[in-house]
Amino acid sequence: MTGYGPSSPPRRPSVWRALVRLRARRVDLLVAALLAVLGFGLAVQVRSTQDEGLLASARQEDLVQILDELDNRSDRLREEIASLNRTQEELSSGSGDASTALREARRRTQLLGVVAGTVPATGPGIVATLRDPEGGLSASLLLDAMMELRNAGAEAMQVEGSTDTGTRAVRVVALTSFVDTEQGVVVDGTELRAPYRFVVIGDTSTLAGALAIPGGVQDTVEQAGGSVEVSRSSALKVTALHVPERPRYARPD
Amino acid sequence: MIPAIALVLGVVLGLVLNPTVPTGLQPYLPIAVVAALDALFGAVRAQLDGIFDDRVFVVSFVSNVLVAALVVFLGDQLGVGGQLSTGVVVVLGIRIFTNAAAIRRHLFHA
Repeated sequence: MTGYGPSSPPRRPSVWRALVRLRARRVDLLVAALLAVLGFGLAVQVRSTQDEGLLASARQEDLVQILDELDNRSDRLREEIASLNRTQEELSSGSGDASTALREARRRTQLLGVVAGTVPATGPGIVATLRDPEGGLSASLLLDAMMELRNAGAEAMQVEGSTDTGTRAVRVVALTSFVDTEQGVVVDGTELRAPYRFVVIGDTSTLAGALAIPGGVQDTVEQAGGSVEVSRSSALKVTALHVPERPRYARPD
Repeated sequence: MIPAIALVLGVVLGLVLNPTVPTGLQPYLPIAVVAALDALFGAVRAQLDGIFDDRVFVVSFVSNVLVAALVVFLGDQLGVGGQLSTGVVVVLGIRIFTNAAAIRRHLFHA
């Protein structure tokens, strides 16, 4: 490309004079300009290579590969950031908002406690007294009464009955059982005898109506030789508590 | 003497100004520099041989740079830019070595 052949006449001019010789022609200026450009490009290239390292001189395919690797790495790092952020949020909500979370948890415990029977409840409702002078009331009848009241929207309920040591009250919850015995009925392990009192918190007229429907609890009890007496109240207290047992099979999900 | 001064001047200018190489020129600048170096070594050798010609130098310098850049450009278009620029550097490197050896024989008679 240079146009200079490898062979040269075996002539040996004064080397230094040949190199140093000054000729002020236009072509000389052109040569000088080209060499200045060469020096300039050389310096710029060296400088940019030093500045930008490998990337500036890397080719497209290499750059694509490097970019892919960087993308993968940034993806991994982003996932790590997200998981760390989640952890941080969990930790900060566990400490910073502890009082708020605690208050909310207490409020929910109270609400659920009314349903679960672990806290006392108060409110309007009815007291239904089931007398049984002839001993004809069975556990299934009490169960019917409970179901009827529940369907009528009872929110908290307790069953009271007399025992050898006085009147006992049992909170009615989802697990409450009624079992017949010789003298009376065992409610959740507590043997109660008539008269039975259902203390129920809920809409008073609906609850009272539920017991009075034709063919309902009241009729059945009267057929069995007993009587039902319903009294409405604007402020009742359901004070009996249910002690929850640890479930054998079900676990919180 | 003037060419040597111009070369040094260019290097100093490049170092002082330190311009950013345009992205489009980035693959071509190193190849162009190597091609120009080849022309320079050829010129020095021709000078020592006593057959130096300004016009030949100017034409060979410019055409060297252009052809090298063209080859790399073509390689990039064909998807073998990396291999072709390596090839250009190898060829020019061999020529530079050949010329350098000739210069060495002239200067040191060895």
